[in-house]
Amino acid sequence: MTWNGSAQIALVLTLVFVSAFPVGRYMAVVFEGRRTWLSPALAPVERGFYALAGVDPQRGMGWKEYAFALILINALHFLLLYAILRLQYYLPWNPQGIAGMSPRLAFNTGASFVTNTNWQAYSPESQISYGAQMLGLTVHNYLSAATGIAAGVAVVRAFAAGGLRTLGNFWADLTRCTLYLLLPIGTVAAILLLVSGVPETLAAYAQASPLDGGSQTIALGPVAFQEAIKELGTNGGGFFNANAAHPFENPTALSNVLENWLLLLIPFSLAIMLGHMVREPKQGRALFAVMAVLLTLGVFGAYAAEAGGNPLLAHAGVSPAMGNMEGKEVRFGVALSSLFNVSATGTSTGAVDSFTDSYLPLGGLVPMFLMQLGEATPGGVGSGLYTIVVFALLSVFVAGLMVGRTPEYLGKKVQAREIKLAMLAVLILTLFILCGASLSLSLPSGLSSLANAGPHGLSEMLYGWTSATENNGSAMAGLSADTPLLDYGLGAAMIFGRFAFMIPVLAIAGSLAAKPKLPPSAGTFPTTGALFVGLMIGVILILGGLQFMPADALGPLAEHFAMLAGKTY
Amino acid sequence: MAQAETIGLFDGPILARAAGDSFLKLNPVTLMRNPVIFVTEVVAVLTTFIGIEDLLRGAPAAFPLAIAAWLWLTVLFATFAEAVAEGRGRARAESLRRARTDTMAKMLLNPADRALYKPVPAAQLKAGTLVLVEAGDLIPSDGEIVEGVASVNESAITGESAPVIREAGGDRSAVTGGTLVVSDWLVVRITAEPGQTFIDRMIKLVEGAERRKTPNEIALDILLAGLTIIFLIAVVTLPGFAGYSRTPIGIPVLAALLVTLIPTTIGGLLSAIGIAGMDRLIRFNVVATSGRAVEAAGDVDALLLDKTGTITFGNRMAAAIHPVPGVAERDLAEAAVLASLGDDTPEGRSILSFMRDRYGIGAERPADAAVIPFTAQTRVSGLDHAGRSWRKGAVDSVLKRVGAPAPAAFAQTVDRVARAGSTPLAVAADGRLLGLVELKDVVKPGIRERFAELRRMGIRTVMVTGDNRVTAAAIATEAGVDDFIAEATPQDKLAYIRRVQAEGRLVAMCGDGTNDAPALAQADVGVAMQTGTQAAREAGNMIDLDSDPTKLIEIVEIGKQLLITRGALTTFSIANDISKYFAILPAIFVATYPELGALNIMRLSTPESAILSAVIFNAVIIVILVPLALRGVKFRAVGAASLLRRNLLIYGLGGIVAPFAGIKAIDLLLTALHIFA
Repeated sequence: MTWNGSAQIALVLTLVFVSAFPVGRYMAVVFEGRRTWLSPALAPVERGFYALAGVDPQRGMGWKEYAFALILINALHFLLLYAILRLQYYLPWNPQGIAGMSPRLAFNTGASFVTNTNWQAYSPESQISYGAQMLGLTVHNYLSAATGIAAGVAVVRAFAAGGLRTLGNFWADLTRCTLYLLLPIGTVAAILLLVSGVPETLAAYAQASPLDGGSQTIALGPVAFQEAIKELGTNGGGFFNANAAHPFENPTALSNVLENWLLLLIPFSLAIMLGHMVREPKQGRALFAVMAVLLTLGVFGAYAAEAGGNPLLAHAGVSPAMGNMEGKEVRFGVALSSLFNVSATGTSTGAVDSFTDSYLPLGGLVPMFLMQLGEATPGGVGSGLYTIVVFALLSVFVAGLMVGRTPEYLGKKVQAREIKLAMLAVLILTLFILCGASLSLSLPSGLSSLANAGPHGLSEMLYGWTSATENNGSAMAGLSADTPLLDYGLGAAMIFGRFAFMIPVLAIAGSLAAKPKLPPSAGTFPTTGALFVGLMIGVILILGGLQFMPADALGPLAEHFAMLAGKTY
Repeated sequence: MAQAETIGLFDGPILARAAGDSFLKLNPVTLMRNPVIFVTEVVAVLTTFIGIEDLLRGAPAAFPLAIAAWLWLTVLFATFAEAVAEGRGRARAESLRRARTDTMAKMLLNPADRALYKPVPAAQLKAGTLVLVEAGDLIPSDGEIVEGVASVNESAITGESAPVIREAGGDRSAVTGGTLVVSDWLVVRITAEPGQTFIDRMIKLVEGAERRKTPNEIALDILLAGLTIIFLIAVVTLPGFAGYSRTPIGIPVLAALLVTLIPTTIGGLLSAIGIAGMDRLIRFNVVATSGRAVEAAGDVDALLLDKTGTITFGNRMAAAIHPVPGVAERDLAEAAVLASLGDDTPEGRSILSFMRDRYGIGAERPADAAVIPFTAQTRVSGLDHAGRSWRKGAVDSVLKRVGAPAPAAFAQTVDRVARAGSTPLAVAADGRLLGLVELKDVVKPGIRERFAELRRMGIRTVMVTGDNRVTAAAIATEAGVDDFIAEATPQDKLAYIRRVQAEGRLVAMCGDGTNDAPALAQADVGVAMQTGTQAAREAGNMIDLDSDPTKLIEIVEIGKQLLITRGALTTFSIANDISKYFAILPAIFVATYPELGALNIMRLSTPESAILSAVIFNAVIIVILVPLALRGVKFRAVGAASLLRRNLLIYGLGGIVAPFAGIKAIDLLLTALHIFA
């Protein structure tokens, strides 16, 4: 670790933390349906959409109706995306003449983009057309992000007042999120990326003649606009196979900082938004602090692991001064690479600017463990917020009794129904990750996907199932994921990890919304301040992470200690 | 106040019986109510089979059998905890049952004719029957007095042996089965069906026979079941990961890992904590009709307290004297004493004791003095002796006797005293006005501090009184309550409760009269006095056998203590898990990855002893915590924030650290004994 590297990390995180406050406040205004400074331009457009769709944005929906609308549009969009991917050969903007995807791969990719996972079992340069990138993937980057944010906002509304029968209007939330939040920031960011050298073209791949003779095909495409929402919406599906390590996705250190900032921005801002929407900014700041502490610890943990370099190489006479540079771009270096990958796994982005498969065991453990914690630090757009709210409910429930009152969070009593639903949601994640990985490691068809033997192979498989279930989408690239077992298995894991988690959480919101909002008193469990932040961190680590310890011990931990002992596989 | 007989935390016979009961409770059908312990039992059965199979095959079976034995002990310790808690309740039920004797009741065939009755066994009396109870008879069942006045000894219920008056009509017309009529006779209409009497219900409650899980207990059970399933998934999928890593793991080891990870500590103690909470109330002579009410007591945000008897002593007492200008304070005090010698009312006596305490003036009546007793007509008392006279009484009556107009200063003082809610009494000697004695409704000592404590706990106190606003405000300020309802009618109380509840707050109150019944029913915690009417007793969800309204405060504390104990042990149990990973994971994997021995930070001697030590700690901690579960975590009247900080430090941090020490100590012991080492 160097001071320079630590300062780079501190600079980016500070930029994120500082900007989360105004953006969070702005989002509260957007989702409370109030006028923003963009309203003069966008309100007519917004009204136009409502008129076209026959939607009354003022009409509230109960949690069931809200969830139904959410599932309905996502199901329809899944079918649409599936059709686009299968039929891309016949669709416009396909200068490379790329063929349609196989049903299996189209299912996996459809599930992946609808669930905001962006797991890529396909290789973009050869398997997806410009048209499918724009109409299929980019559109779904917006839609899945807006879906997650809408669900998060609905959950926050449950705490805003007492005796509520509705959680807001899903169609209005979806529209306002897209119009007032994602499109403006996404557009500005896309232009900045264009300026830094990211292409945006419909021209066919370029042919170049390198100095050493022969010819090279250089993949191009409408990258900039997709790149912007890919980070902003914590999607993470790369335009190119190499993702944000590719010079056309992420050409400079500056674009790298911009993308890193984009992918952390909304998840942190949502915590601040919660504080404003429940009229207690302190409450939002407490959740913000939990997210920030865990992410910062993760970033510096990974950076420390990577900066030390590989002891086996050091032993062989390679200077460890640069740290572990395998799989990292020299234009980013160890510090910014560690920051980017940990940010992208702490959020559910899953984009990479360096290859996790090449990280040292502990450096690779950090991203995997952050995902296993439930993607709440700060998590995906919207999903991170509602996941951390679930953890807050569980924290309050476990420790809240210790002040001698039945637990309440933000003035709402936490009772059997909420706990049942919260445990159900948490259970789904554990079930898919551990059963999926364990089963895949026991089946020959699963084992054939692994590139490495020994504990690293276990890590690759566990990482894959963790990433899919938690809707992250990053991978240890050693895993060959386009197999029937993994295409269908991980596809199911993504869908269940997204919706089988989200629906119970919306049910919790419905149940809490109807309860009276109790005014705080001196006897109320304090859910702000350092003590609560510490408590929540403990609960997230114990309830969210402990169940994965046995598997993690056989993967990254075993590999780490074996490496220290000079053993390789 | 009579305390029910105290039962020690570790009473020999109770423990012996509990030890036996803990085996009966192994029945899986009943154990299924407790998911964590049920899973432990299933795993124990499985491990036992493996151990026996190994034994039969001639394979080394000591380790699986040792694990199995400790898993069984884990289950037994949990059932033992519950049995001890129940045993303490049962001992109390025995003493109640003695009161429910099988007497013969005198059933009246014709209410008008008390001479004609038919003997009927008390146990067969139906509701609505009229019975005659005479001096020396036990009242056969719960009922309402239709006719007569009698003194009744209710010590069977309350422990208080002084008889109380029970009479038809009004607020003292309810009688309880099992109590004894000491004098006179009563005609009682039975109100309880056989087996449903107050004593019957109390016995069932105390024994825990009708114990239903409370809402918070159900929620906690769900959390514990969820955690159990999560760890079950982690353990069941482990062979897949281990198989890939070529690390064979035996079922006993998986069983050990599972049982140490699932929250057995709180799972084993949860029902004991609930039963002990009810028991604490009963020891306090309060019977809660449901555990739900005890939980609600912990949540209460506002206490409605009757002024009289709760906040003040209820009768006015001398609190100060105010001489008219030109009169010495001591002269006024002496005159007041002499004038009060003829006043036998509590107010009169309070003047004597006040002057004795404050001015050292003894109450000695001069010989051959003529006492003028206080009467309601004259409203004046006094003394005539040796040609002198002293008078004390209502201001206008005394002034009338004095004849001369009162000085302006005196009139002002009278006014001021009255406005403060006190009663002024004028004192005169030999026809000359000397000054005033101020009688005050005296606030009980220490009550102000109690209310301050409650405020720190986040609970508002509301004083309810029939006094006018001025008097009420003065006493409210002195007692330090947060709010008051003056000139309160039963409707006012009900309306106030509804209004507070509409803000989402929980309210507790106590009452005894029939007109309190609606408010008692509306309140989240309604404590009815045992001396109250049947209607009040049925409307409330707790009954105070001592009929002491101040107990409301302690009831709240007991409710909080119950919740705190549950939360503390849950936190402790979950925090324990971290250390167990450090004990068991390296032990399991060290054969394949010797380097993982680095995680064995406790330096446990062998894999077997490490695993066994974790299992033993996990079992023994249940027994160690039984006293805490039964006694309850001490409640402190401080704000939630400092309470949380303190308990989180003890039970959260302690829960992380304690097992490291415990497991290491057990491992050292096993090593010293050469067991698996």
